[in-house]
Amino acid sequence: MNPVNYLYLSALLFTIGAAGVLIRRNAIIVFMCVELMLNAANLAFVTFSRMHGNLDGQIIAFFTMVVAAAEVVVGLAIIVTIFRSRHSASVDDASLMKL
Amino acid sequence: MNGVTTLAAYTTSTGEAVQFWVLGTVAVLGALATVLMKKAVHSALSLAGTMIVLAVFYLAQGAYFLGVVQIVVYTGAIMMLFLFVVMLVGITAADSLKETLKGQRWLAAGAGLGFGVLLIAGIANASIKNFQGLGQANAGGNVEGLASLIFTKYVWAFEITGALLITAAIGAMVLTHRERTEARATQRELAERRVREGKQITPLPAPGVYARNNAVDVPGLLPDGTVSELSVSPTLRGRGQYRDVSAESVAKVAELEQRSEEASK
Amino acid sequence: MDYLIGWLVLLPLLGAGVLLTGGRRLDRTGHWIGTVLAGSSFVVAAVLFFDMLGRSGEDRALHSTAFTWISVGSFKADVAFQLDQLSMTFALLITGVGTLIHIYSIGYMEHDERRRRFFGYLNLFLAAMLLLVLADNYLLLYVGWEGVGLASYLLIGFWQHKPSAATAAKKAFIVNRVGDVGLSIAIMLMFTTFGTFTFGPVLGAVDGAGEGVLTGIGLMLLLAACGKSAQVPLQSWLGDAMEGPTPVSALIHAATMVTAGVYLITRSGAIFDAAPTAQVAVVTVGAVTLLFGAIVGCAKDDIKKALAGSTMSQIGYMVMAAGLGPIGYVFAIMHLVTHGFFKAGLFLGAGSVMHGMNDEVDMRKYGALRKYMPVTFVTFGLGYLAIIGFPGLSGFFSKDKIIEAAFAKGGTEGWILGGAALLGAGITAFYMTRVMLMTFFGEKRWEPDAEGHEPHPHESPKSMTIPMVVLAFGSVFAGFLFSWNEAFVKWLEPVTSFEEAHPPMGAAAVTGATMVVMLLGVGLAWAMYGRRPVPSVAPRASWLTRAARRDLLQDDFNHVALVLPGEYLTRGLVYVDHKGVDGVVNGTAAAVGGLSGRMRRLQNGYVRSYAVSMLAGTAVLVAATLLMRGVA
Repeated sequence: MNPVNYLYLSALLFTIGAAGVLIRRNAIIVFMCVELMLNAANLAFVTFSRMHGNLDGQIIAFFTMVVAAAEVVVGLAIIVTIFRSRHSASVDDASLMKL
Repeated sequence: MNGVTTLAAYTTSTGEAVQFWVLGTVAVLGALATVLMKKAVHSALSLAGTMIVLAVFYLAQGAYFLGVVQIVVYTGAIMMLFLFVVMLVGITAADSLKETLKGQRWLAAGAGLGFGVLLIAGIANASIKNFQGLGQANAGGNVEGLASLIFTKYVWAFEITGALLITAAIGAMVLTHRERTEARATQRELAERRVREGKQITPLPAPGVYARNNAVDVPGLLPDGTVSELSVSPTLRGRGQYRDVSAESVAKVAELEQRSEEASK
Repeated sequence: MDYLIGWLVLLPLLGAGVLLTGGRRLDRTGHWIGTVLAGSSFVVAAVLFFDMLGRSGEDRALHSTAFTWISVGSFKADVAFQLDQLSMTFALLITGVGTLIHIYSIGYMEHDERRRRFFGYLNLFLAAMLLLVLADNYLLLYVGWEGVGLASYLLIGFWQHKPSAATAAKKAFIVNRVGDVGLSIAIMLMFTTFGTFTFGPVLGAVDGAGEGVLTGIGLMLLLAACGKSAQVPLQSWLGDAMEGPTPVSALIHAATMVTAGVYLITRSGAIFDAAPTAQVAVVTVGAVTLLFGAIVGCAKDDIKKALAGSTMSQIGYMVMAAGLGPIGYVFAIMHLVTHGFFKAGLFLGAGSVMHGMNDEVDMRKYGALRKYMPVTFVTFGLGYLAIIGFPGLSGFFSKDKIIEAAFAKGGTEGWILGGAALLGAGITAFYMTRVMLMTFFGEKRWEPDAEGHEPHPHESPKSMTIPMVVLAFGSVFAGFLFSWNEAFVKWLEPVTSFEEAHPPMGAAAVTGATMVVMLLGVGLAWAMYGRRPVPSVAPRASWLTRAARRDLLQDDFNHVALVLPGEYLTRGLVYVDHKGVDGVVNGTAAAVGGLSGRMRRLQNGYVRSYAVSMLAGTAVLVAATLLMRGVA
């Protein structure tokens, strides 16, 4: 098997995640889909690392994880705050930025 | 272990191929379930599954450190955080898969499909053949290799991410912290307010049916035999997780009456 | 000595700066500062004059470059001064008469609380006029020219609380602006033709230029001169300018402003000599104006307006003389100087009369003032004799020469011009005698004013009478001094060139005819105003008098010929602007607005919609990248 298949898998997971972001209304699930996309990207980085024979790709993936962790912390805090004030976790309800 | 690292070259071993096809299918299914499951808890679990599969793939590709981190940090910590929030937020109407925005689903399908096709076409077009493998890079140990890179070449980025994490932690605390600006309402004040609003003066009806059921998911019955929605917690109501036993109970009562009539004869 | 030239301009300019920015703390001393600085400028001029006398004819001109003003490619303009005999004459007249008027104003404006500002404006006026006559190029001259316009605006409208004064100031400014356009076009033409503005090179290169261009430049210069010197057709501002304080009128009419046009034509003499068509235009304008002003002067009951008409007429003489070419230039300037003396004296006298008569200007309310104001009467009378050309007084020498030169032009043209000048001399004698008789002779006709204040005519203070006396001396002796041994001709000849005039009938005959005409005018005036009592209310008179009272319908003509077409043009443009320009603009705006209203719906506020567009955009980017790679 050619390891390039990992890349195809990565692309597939990424696309599924993107579609989830577009389709789901529950902010938490939207967030999970974003995480899925990040993980797909990480898989691609790890595969590239293997392809080039150095560890830089893995470092990037590592940083992605750190940033993702930070993002999850803040994002979930925002979701909780919004839920407290609006009693809704739907991203469609937070649509006040229009005329 | 050494065998695995040297394998990471142009082609892979049959074992890895089998592992890829089996676990890859699981990963895709998990991803699809994440998107399509109605309940957030199910989505979270499916995502956790996909992430574990990815951790295995990391290990298989020579990224041992990342594989372990993926399991410990991602699947272990982050997904648990998700579950906590799901618990806090509870069930909402947003969980429904019914689309409310006009044309959103079609647009999403078009954009997603187009994007995916282009991405895969791009990878195919690149026709990557030359995989170096990590044998040399991992020779001194994967963790040591990563460490030497992080603390030399990427030390600046590493420090910055540290600052980012601290900022994120403080940000989360600021966002979720609730300052109490007035004294907590006393029992008396709550009672008075309830009377003044006049919505529901009496206590809510208790769940369970007298002498027959007393589980929280069984709504109480009104005198006419219908279900009292108020007697079940809103979360269970939202999930539809309550058992309507009204017909059963009415039937039981009727049966009892019939039996007593027969007995009196 | 040449470094002193700049100080001529700088001293009054300094005075203007100090007085206009100094604020109230200078209220008590401001008039002295202004007068002393004007006087020091005169001293500087006198020093330069005696220095100049020490050199012989051709070497007399001085040049002094202060600094380079603009230098862009071949375009170069310096702030540089040229002091030759012509400029010297003007500088002496401006600073001398100007200083006398400053002294006079100390008394005249004594009760005006804005006296300091008035002196600041007077100094500014002097500075601008000196810059005008001392500049060594047309561009710097233009600066002074505009400065004169500004200062005249400020001074005519000095009593701006009176609507009539504010309007008169605006009128003077706007009419002058028409002339200024002429001057700026002339300067542009000069630059394209000669490549420079400096007097020497421009006037020296006249022979090489085409007559068409020179005629154009000449006509534009004439337009400019018409504006500043109040010549037909731009004469209408002069009468209204009487709204300013009387010293201002004296300054405008005698030493500054109206003389600028004569200076410009004389200075540019070489251009006019090479453009006969322009010269014909100049003499025509001069001849028409001298009659126009004289006729207007006959009908006015307002003493200052009668004198204003007289000024217009006398400037007409000068312009006509300047248009006659080398036979006239010298006499134009000579008449300008003598006129500077007697007209300043007359205006100051008129101001003195008004000062004693509660600012009454209607001559029908005067009468018999000679008993009450002896000094004013004598000085005014000497000015009167000078202006009508009484033999031996200054006006006689200068005006007679102009009439001779007009006849000497030759042919029909000479007869027409000479006839006009002669007729003008007669009318001058008539209206000046009328002014004299109505003011100082006959019965007293003054009445209490609306508030019941009976005027108490009295002689003016020393600060006012002394300048009048000095000017009266000038009116009497200047002409004789200038003509003695042809002094003035020899003085100016190196600058303006000179030819002896030979009237066809002989100089003596012209002088005799002038005398006869003058006596006729005096006699007619005496018959009309001396023998009979003057009614204190103006009688309805002949159509000509009525028209002359309305300044020969100049304002009506301007209204019909210029204002109304302008208004219609403006209305038409407004209509086009509203319907055409605004239509396009508003239509575009409405189209954009409508389109935006539709596009706004794309912004529905839903994050997921925005996410779709982001993903679609990313897809497009990926596609573009792939395509580019495929192409490459």
